[in-house]
Amino acid sequence: MARKILTEHINVPGIETFDVYRKQGGYTAVEKAIKTMTPEEVVEEAKKSGVRGRGGAGFPMGMKWGFLAKPEGVPRYLVCNADESEPGTFKDHHLMKSIPHLLIEGMIISSFALGANKSFIYVRGELMYVIRILEKAIAEAKAQGFLGKNILGSGYDLELVVQPGGGAYICGEETALLESLEGKRGNPRNKPPFPAVKGLYQSPTVVNNVESISNMPWIINNGGDAYAQIGIGRSTGTKLISASGHIQKPGVYEIELGVSVEEFLNSDEYCGGIRKGHHLKALVAGGSSVPILPANLITKTAAGEDRLMTYESLSDGGFATGTMLGSGGFIVFDETACIVRNTWNFSRFYHHESCGQCSPCREGTGWMEKVLHRIEHGHGSMHDIDLLVDISKKIEGNTICPLGDAAAWPVASAIRHFRDEFVWHITNPQEATAPGAVYMGDMALV
Amino acid sequence: MTESPNLVAFTPERLETVKEIIARYPEGRQKSALLPVLHVAQEQWGWLSSEVMDYVAGILKIEPVEVYEVATFYTMYHLDPVGKHVIEYCRTGPCCLMGGEDVYGHLKKKLGIEAGETTADGKFTLKEVECLAACGWGPVFQIREQFYMNLTNEKVDQIIEDLSK
Amino acid sequence: MEEVKPQLLKITFDGIEVEVEPGTTIMQAARKIAEADESQGHLVPPAMCYYKPLPVSGGKCRACLVKVSAGSAKDPRPMPKLVPSCITQVQDGMVVENTTNQAVLDTRKSIVEFLLINHPLDCPICDQAGECHLQDFAFEHGSVKTRYEEERRTFDKIDIGPYVQLHMTRCILCYRCVYTADQITDKRVHGVMNRGDASEISTYIEKAIDNDFSGNVIDVCPVGALTDKTFRFKNRVWFSKPEDAHRDCDKCCGKTTVWYRGDEVIRVTARKNTWGEVTDFICNTCRFEKKQTSDWVLEGPTKVKRSSVISANKYRKDLVAKPDFALKLAASQFKQIDDSRPYVTDEETIRHQSIENNDKANHRSLAANNN
Repeated sequence: MARKILTEHINVPGIETFDVYRKQGGYTAVEKAIKTMTPEEVVEEAKKSGVRGRGGAGFPMGMKWGFLAKPEGVPRYLVCNADESEPGTFKDHHLMKSIPHLLIEGMIISSFALGANKSFIYVRGELMYVIRILEKAIAEAKAQGFLGKNILGSGYDLELVVQPGGGAYICGEETALLESLEGKRGNPRNKPPFPAVKGLYQSPTVVNNVESISNMPWIINNGGDAYAQIGIGRSTGTKLISASGHIQKPGVYEIELGVSVEEFLNSDEYCGGIRKGHHLKALVAGGSSVPILPANLITKTAAGEDRLMTYESLSDGGFATGTMLGSGGFIVFDETACIVRNTWNFSRFYHHESCGQCSPCREGTGWMEKVLHRIEHGHGSMHDIDLLVDISKKIEGNTICPLGDAAAWPVASAIRHFRDEFVWHITNPQEATAPGAVYMGDMALV
Repeated sequence: MTESPNLVAFTPERLETVKEIIARYPEGRQKSALLPVLHVAQEQWGWLSSEVMDYVAGILKIEPVEVYEVATFYTMYHLDPVGKHVIEYCRTGPCCLMGGEDVYGHLKKKLGIEAGETTADGKFTLKEVECLAACGWGPVFQIREQFYMNLTNEKVDQIIEDLSK
Repeated sequence: MEEVKPQLLKITFDGIEVEVEPGTTIMQAARKIAEADESQGHLVPPAMCYYKPLPVSGGKCRACLVKVSAGSAKDPRPMPKLVPSCITQVQDGMVVENTTNQAVLDTRKSIVEFLLINHPLDCPICDQAGECHLQDFAFEHGSVKTRYEEERRTFDKIDIGPYVQLHMTRCILCYRCVYTADQITDKRVHGVMNRGDASEISTYIEKAIDNDFSGNVIDVCPVGALTDKTFRFKNRVWFSKPEDAHRDCDKCCGKTTVWYRGDEVIRVTARKNTWGEVTDFICNTCRFEKKQTSDWVLEGPTKVKRSSVISANKYRKDLVAKPDFALKLAASQFKQIDDSRPYVTDEETIRHQSIENNDKANHRSLAANNN
C-alpha cells in the first residue's frame, strides 16, 4: 500500500470532529510550528518539501511563499482556493467534507509561516454544506485555542473566514478569486502586479489550493526532506486524483507521485480497470482543460516508455503526444464515448464560464462552441475543423488569464488525436446524429 | 408619502447573521460581504428581486448597480421567481459519460418542463448547471444544499415523488 | 542644489530607441516616438479599450498586444507571451516588436475578427461611422472576409435616458463608459451585467443615467454603442465641419468642438487629443443645450487627422464653383504634399487637402495623363 499523507485517517469514524481528529495526531503540527519554529523555518520546510501547487498550475508552493512582499505595517493575507470547479476534479470537495480539520490545521501553519492574521477559505458556493462543515470545525478549533487571539499562548493571532462563491468557475483563477472575495465580479486582473505584491485589498497575498495547504501538517511533523523523498524527481509527495468516467471504481485516490498510469488505471487499489466488457479509448488526465490523449499514448509515452503519474511524465512529448497532470482530474473514456460530443460539451463549459472581459476568450469560446455544436448535430463542413484549430490558436496565450488556454487546449487536442472522428461526423451526418452513434473507425486500441 | 407595498427587510435572525458576516472583513471592506449576504437574501426570499438587491446595497453602503453587476455575474443567484425546489442539474462531460444526458431527459419528461422553467404547481424549477465537483458520483443534481448523486431514472422518480409530498 | 532627475529607461520599439521615465508603459513610449516624429504614427499600437485619461482602463481588448523580444538589459530573455502594451511598463533595455513582428500582426488580425464576429455591420446607419475606432481598426488590421457563419448576438434594447442612446449590439465591452462614470460620479447607475459573451452595459432596472456629465460616455465609446440622441441620424460626420469653440461655463471647462453642417450647429463634443482621447470632460449643458453659434466663441477649425474621412468634403463649394482651378491647384500641390504631416491646421491647407481627398481619382487620372 502506498503511503498516505492526506487520507490516512479519512475513514476513521467521526474524523470530522475535533476530538477524533486530535486523537489521530491532529494539531500536533500546529503545536510544533507555533511553539518551536519561526515562520521562516516553516517556509523553509515547505520549500524543502518541493510540494507543488495542487490546483493545476503545479508551481512550487514554498517558492510562491518566498515571493510574498513584506512591507512594514501592511497586512498580509493567505487565501485558500477551494473553488474547485474544473470538470473531472472533486478531490478538494471530498477532502474538506471528510476531514475538515486537516485543511484548518494546514491553514493555521501556513498563515503563521506567512505572517497572516486573517486568512480566508474561498469555497465554491455550490458546496454550501461543506462550508457549514468547515465553519463548525473552525468553531471547534477556536474553542480549543488553536484559532483566535494568542494561539497556544504564543502571541500569534489568527482568524479564519470561510467565504462562499456565487457560481463561477473563473473564480478558481487566483486574481478572479480575490476580486470575488472583495465582493466584485470575478474578472481576473491583469498581471503584474501579482498577488504576492498586490493581492486582496491591494495587500500582499498568497493564494494556495486546498490540497497544497493540507500537506503542511505532515510536512511539519515529518520534515520537508521526508516529503521530498516520496515521489520522483520534481514531482514530490502524494497527489489526490479524482477518477471518473468509464472505470470500475470512480472516486478520489491518493497516490504517490510516480505510480504508473497503467497501475493507477487497472489495479484494484485505484480505478480497478475499465468497466466490464469495454476498452479504453481516451483519457483526460488532469481536468477538462488539459489535452485529451488517445489510448496508444496513455500508458506509454511516444518514446515507448511507461507513462507515470508525475508532472514530467504526463507532459512528456509536449502537447504533440503528451498532456498535463493539472488538477488530477482523471476522466476515462471507453469506446462508447463520442469525442466530438465531449469536446462540444467541454467547449460549452468554457463558453459558459468565460468572464467576458477580454475579446479573444469572450468571442472565441462562444465561436468554438457554436462550430462544435454544428458538427455534433450534423451541420459541419470540412473547413470547420481547421477553423476550430485556428480559433483555438488565436485564443491561446492571448488572454488575460489561463481560461483562454483551458478552452483552447481540449479542442485543439481532440482534433489533433481524433481528427478522423470529426471528419466522420461531417461526412456522415445522418449516421453520426443517430441516437447513441459512436465512431468506431481506425482508432488505436489498447 | 405612499407606502411601498413590498417593504423588504431581513428577519431579525438573518439580520444578525448579516451583521456577523460584515464584521468578518477589515474596516471599510464591507463590500466583501456581498456574495454571502446575497446567499442569505436568497435563502429568505427564494430569489433576488431588484428591491432585495437595493436593500442589500443599502446595508453594505454600496451603489445598487454594484449589486446588480455581481448578482448577474454569478450563476447561483436567481434573478426571477423560482419554484419551491430548484433542481440544478449538472450537464458537464464527466456526468454525461455516466449517462447524465439520458437521466436528464427522463427528469425533464417526468416534470414536463425544460431548463429554465417551473412546473405549473410551482414546486420545481429546472436549471442546468456546469460541473458541481462530484464527477465520480455522477450523474448529479443539487437542490439547495443537498447533492443527489449516482442518479438513475428510478432514483429520480423517487426523489421527485418524495419532494412532491 | 540640483534636482535629482529619475533615471530614464531606454526602450527599443520597432528598432527606434527612446528614453522614458520609470512607470511609462510600452504604449506611452510608442506614442512618445510618434509625438516626436509624426511620420512614425503608424508604429503606435491600436487601443480599443485603453484610454489614458481613465487610469484603470486597458488590458482587455488585446488589440495592442506586442512582442517583448528582450525583457530588460538585466534580463534580456524574451517574454513568453505577447503582452498588452497599454499596461506593460517599460524596463531599461527592453526591446519591443510591434509592426516588425508577424506574430503580432497575425494576432491583431484575429482580434479584429473576434471583435467583429458579433458586431452588427450596420455602419451605413450608425452615427459613429466615420469616427469609429473599430472601423479604423478593422480597416487597418482586419481581413475583408469573415469566417463567421453563426448567428450574431443581439440584446434587448433599453432606454437610458433622454440624451444617450445605448445600442448594446455594437458594444465591444471596453469598460470605458463604466470607468468614466466612476470618475465623474460616486453614484454610478450603469455597469456591466451578466458575463461572458452575454455581458452587457446596462442599468439593470431601466433607469435614466442622470448626471451633469453623463454625455461624456458618448465621447469615450470607441464604437456606436453610446451615441448622442440629440444628433441621432442628423448627419454623417464627414459632412460636418468641426470648429474648436469655448464658452464661459460654470460647470465645466467649456472647451468643446462644435460640429456644423452649413450654419447649423448639429452637435457638440468634448475636444479630443491626437490619440482620440478626451482630456477635459464637458457638461451636459454645453453638449446638449448649446446648439446656437451665438452660444460659442469660435476658435477656428479643429485639427483633424489627415487620414480621417472627416477632413473630406469641407469646401465643396470651391470645388463646384471653380472646378478648373481646383483641379489645377490639386495637380500642382499633389506631389508636394508631405505625407508625413498627419494634421491639417490652417484653412488653406484644409482646402488643398479636401480637394485631394475628394478628387483622388481625378488626381490619378491627371497624373496618368501627365506621364
